[in-house]
Amino acid sequence: MEVDQMQRQCLDYTKSLFLEGFLDGQFVQLQQLQDENNPDFVVEVVSLFFEDSERLLNDLTFALDQKSIDFKKVDAHVHQLKGSSSSIGAQRVKNCCIAFRNFCEEQNIDACLSCLQQVKQEYCHVKNKLETLIRLEQQIVAAGGSIPTMEF
Amino acid sequence: MESCNCIDPQVPADDLLMKYQYISDFFIALAYFSIPLELIYFVKKSAVFPYRWVLVQFGAFIVLCGATHLINLWTFRIHSRTVAVVMTTAKVLTAVVSCATALMLVHIIPDLLSVKTRELFLKNKAAELDREVGLIRTQEETGRHVRMLTHEIRSTLDRHTILKTTLVELGRTLALEECALWMPTRTGLELQLSYTLRQQNPVGYNVPINLPVINEVFSSNRAVKISPNCPVARLRPYAGKFMPGPVVAVRVPLLHLSNFQIYDWPEVSTRNYALMVLVLPSDSARQWHVHELELVEVVADQVAVALSHAAILEESTRARDQLMEQNVALDLARREAETAIRARNDFLAVMNHEMRTPMHAVIALSSLLQETDLTAEQRLMVETILKSSNLLATLINDVLDLSRLEDGSLQLEAATFNLHSLFREVLNLIKPVASVKKLSLTSHLASDLPMYVIGDEKRLMQTILNVVGNAVKFSKEGFISITAFVAKPESFRDARIPDFLPVPSDSHFYLRVQVKDSGSGINPQDIPKLFTKFAQNQSLTTRYPAGSGLGLAICRRFVNLMEGHIWIESEGIGKGCTVTFIVKLGIPDRSNDFKLPFVTKVPGNHGSTNFTGLKVLVMDDNGVSRSVTKGLLMHLGCDVTTASSSDECLRAVSLEHGVVFMDVCTGLDGYELAVRIHEKFTKHQDRPLIVALTGNTKKMTKENCMRVGMDGLILKPVSVDKMRGVLSELLERRVLFENV
Repeated sequence: MEVDQMQRQCLDYTKSLFLEGFLDGQFVQLQQLQDENNPDFVVEVVSLFFEDSERLLNDLTFALDQKSIDFKKVDAHVHQLKGSSSSIGAQRVKNCCIAFRNFCEEQNIDACLSCLQQVKQEYCHVKNKLETLIRLEQQIVAAGGSIPTMEF
Repeated sequence: MESCNCIDPQVPADDLLMKYQYISDFFIALAYFSIPLELIYFVKKSAVFPYRWVLVQFGAFIVLCGATHLINLWTFRIHSRTVAVVMTTAKVLTAVVSCATALMLVHIIPDLLSVKTRELFLKNKAAELDREVGLIRTQEETGRHVRMLTHEIRSTLDRHTILKTTLVELGRTLALEECALWMPTRTGLELQLSYTLRQQNPVGYNVPINLPVINEVFSSNRAVKISPNCPVARLRPYAGKFMPGPVVAVRVPLLHLSNFQIYDWPEVSTRNYALMVLVLPSDSARQWHVHELELVEVVADQVAVALSHAAILEESTRARDQLMEQNVALDLARREAETAIRARNDFLAVMNHEMRTPMHAVIALSSLLQETDLTAEQRLMVETILKSSNLLATLINDVLDLSRLEDGSLQLEAATFNLHSLFREVLNLIKPVASVKKLSLTSHLASDLPMYVIGDEKRLMQTILNVVGNAVKFSKEGFISITAFVAKPESFRDARIPDFLPVPSDSHFYLRVQVKDSGSGINPQDIPKLFTKFAQNQSLTTRYPAGSGLGLAICRRFVNLMEGHIWIESEGIGKGCTVTFIVKLGIPDRSNDFKLPFVTKVPGNHGSTNFTGLKVLVMDDNGVSRSVTKGLLMHLGCDVTTASSSDECLRAVSLEHGVVFMDVCTGLDGYELAVRIHEKFTKHQDRPLIVALTGNTKKMTKENCMRVGMDGLILKPVSVDKMRGVLSELLERRVLFENV
C-alpha cells in the first residue's frame, strides 16, 4: 500500500475514534508530545495505560466480590483508573469512572457492579482501538512515512 | 348852532324877555365852559383815548362859543366899540374853529363807531379762547387720569386685582356712583355680574347676552350711553324714588393669546366681550362729557390688554404645575418599573436555578439510563426523553439569556483565549453530527488570524455553534465550510451595512467568519424575519422541527454587543445559504496580559519556550498520569525526575529543582508533603516552587493549597501550550493559582 493511502487511512481511523467519543483532546496532546527526542512516547504511555488499567480492573473485581465491600478502597481504585484514562484521553472510560464513583459514594452495590461491567467493556473497546491505531502507525513508520497528525 | 341874534339895537327891549334871554345866555356860557373842563378832566384820566387833538379842537370850539355867549351879555345895552370888537373877534374865531371841528368830525366819527365793532369782536374771541383753554385743561387732566389708571392696572398681573383696581380708580377719577363689570359665563349665553365698586361681594345676577342694549354696546367700540332702567344698569336694589344717574356702558374685549399677531394690532375677531357699566351720581346733575367717555374707552382697552397678560400668566403657571405633577408621576412610574424589573430579574435568577436543576437531573439520568441494557423499545423511549429534555434545556437557557440580553443587563466578559482552539472545539462538537449526515465539514483559518484574542469566549462559541449548527441542521447533503479571517476595511465596502466600517487598531481587530452550506437555502424575502425571535420559517419546519427560533435572535444580540454585524445571504430555495458575521475582538499585548497572577484559561504567552536546564520533580502515584506529565515537561525541554510516593519525593527533592509538581488528587498526602518540603527548606531562599496538579475543582482544594504554603495550583488536563504558559508564569512571578 502507498504511504499516502496508509496515512489517510490512519487519519480517518483516528478521526472516527474521536467522533465516536473513544478519545478526546488529551490524546491529541499526547501525540503532540511525540518528537525526535521522544519517538515512542505515545506507545509507551499507551502500554503503561493498559498495564495499569488491567491491574486496577482486577483489583476492582476482587474488591467487589467480597462479602463486605470496602467502598473506600473501591473508590480509590476507580479514582486511579479515572486519572489514568483522563491522562491518556480515553473519554468513555473516564466517564464511566465518574459515574462509578458516584455510586461508590452512595454505596450502591448493584449499581457498582453494573458500572464495573461497563468499565470493563469500555476498556476493552478502547484497548482494541488503540492497538489497531498503533499498528497502523507502525506500518507507516516501517514504510518510511511519518505519522499524520490531526489538523483542525 | 342857533343863529346868534347879536345885531338888534333898534327894537326896545322888552324887560322880561330880556331878562330871560340874559339868564339863558349866562347858563349856556356856563355849560359851554364846564363841558371842556369835564372833557379835559376825563381825558386826562383815561390813558387810551387817541384823539386828543380833536378834543382840543372841540374844547376850543366850545370855549369860544361860551365866550361868545358871555360877551353877548354885554350887547344887550349900549356897549362900547371895544366890546363890539371883542365880540366880533370871538365870533370869527368860533366860526373858524367850529368849521374846522365839523370837518374833522367827518373823519373821526366812523372811526369811533368801528371801535365798537372791534370791541365786540375781541370779546367773542376772548370767550372762544376761554372755552378752548378749558377743553385743553380737561383733556390734559383726562390724559393724566388715564396714565395713572393704566399704571395702576398694569402694575399687577393678578386678574382680580386688575379689575378691582380699574373699578376703584375709575370710580375715583370720574366720581362715579357705581361701577360694575359683567363677565360672560362659561356657556357664553349670559353675562354674570362679577365685580362692583361699592358692593363687596356682588350676588351673581345673570342677564342673557342677547339683549338689544347689550348688542348695541358690543357692536361699537365706543362708550355708549344707555338707559338707567335696563337690566345691566340695575346694579342695586333701588328703594323708593331713587332716580339713578346717567349710565354709560362700554365693551371690554377679552383677548386670547392667539389674538396677538406680530406687526398687527390685535384683531378683535373674538366675540368674547365683557361689559363695563358706569353710573354717575344721581343727585349731581352731571352729564357724561365727551372727554369722560373717551377716558372710559381708553381704560376699557387697557383693561383688555392687562387681562390677557394675566390670562397668559395664569396659563403658563398652570402648565408649569401640570408639568411638575407629570414629572412626579413619571418619576414614580420609573421607580415602579425599576422595581418591577428587579423583581423580574430576581424571579428569573431563582427560576434559572430552579428550572435548571431538575432539568439537569433529567438529562443526566436519561443519559445514564441510555448506557444501561435496554430493550429496543425502552431505548427509543429513553432517546426521546433525552432529546426532548435537551430541547427543553436549550429553550430554558435561550429564554433566560435572551431576557438578560433584552434589558441590556448582559455584559460580555473580556478574557484572553485561544481563537484557534475555539474553532477546533466547535469543529469537534459539530463533526459527529455532520458525519452522520454525510456532510463534509471544512474549515479555513486565515494565517494572519491571531492565536490569542480578548473577548467573550463562551458567547462567541455559542454564536459560532448556533450558526454552524443551523447550517448542519438545514442541509441534507453536501458541504459546510467555515472560513475565518481578519476583516480589512478596504476590502469591506458592503452595501448591506453601509455605516459600518471596521477599522482595526493596535488593540482591536475585526474577525470575519463566513459559514457556507449547500442546504435547502432560504427565500430572500424571508431573510429579515429570521432574526426576529419566535418567528419560524414554515417551509423549513416541515422537515426539521426547528428549535424555539430564538437562536439567531440571540446570535444577533451577541454580535451586536461585540460591536459587529451578522447577515444571511441566500440565492433561493435549494441553493444553499451563507451566514457571515463580523465581531470586534481585542488583541492582547504583553503589558496587560499578566497583570494578575490569576489566570482564567490559557495564559497566552509566546515567551520562552525553552526551559532547558530547568530541573523539575513530578510526584504522582498514577503511573500513566506520571508518564504523561513527564513527557509533557520533557517536550518543553525540562530535566524531569519522577516520584511515585511522598516519601520518594521528599527524598528526591533538592535545591536544584526549580519546581515540584505534585498530584493532590489522593487525599491529604500532597498537602502534608508540601508542609514537609517547606520544613526541609526553611532556611533557604531558593527553595523549589511547589505546584499542585489536580483534576479536582472544589474550592476547598485551592484554599487548602494556599494554606499549606503551595505556590500554585493547576487544573488537569494540561496541554502543551498550557504547561508552557504555566512554567513561564511560575518562573516570572513565582506564584500561579488557576481559578477553579
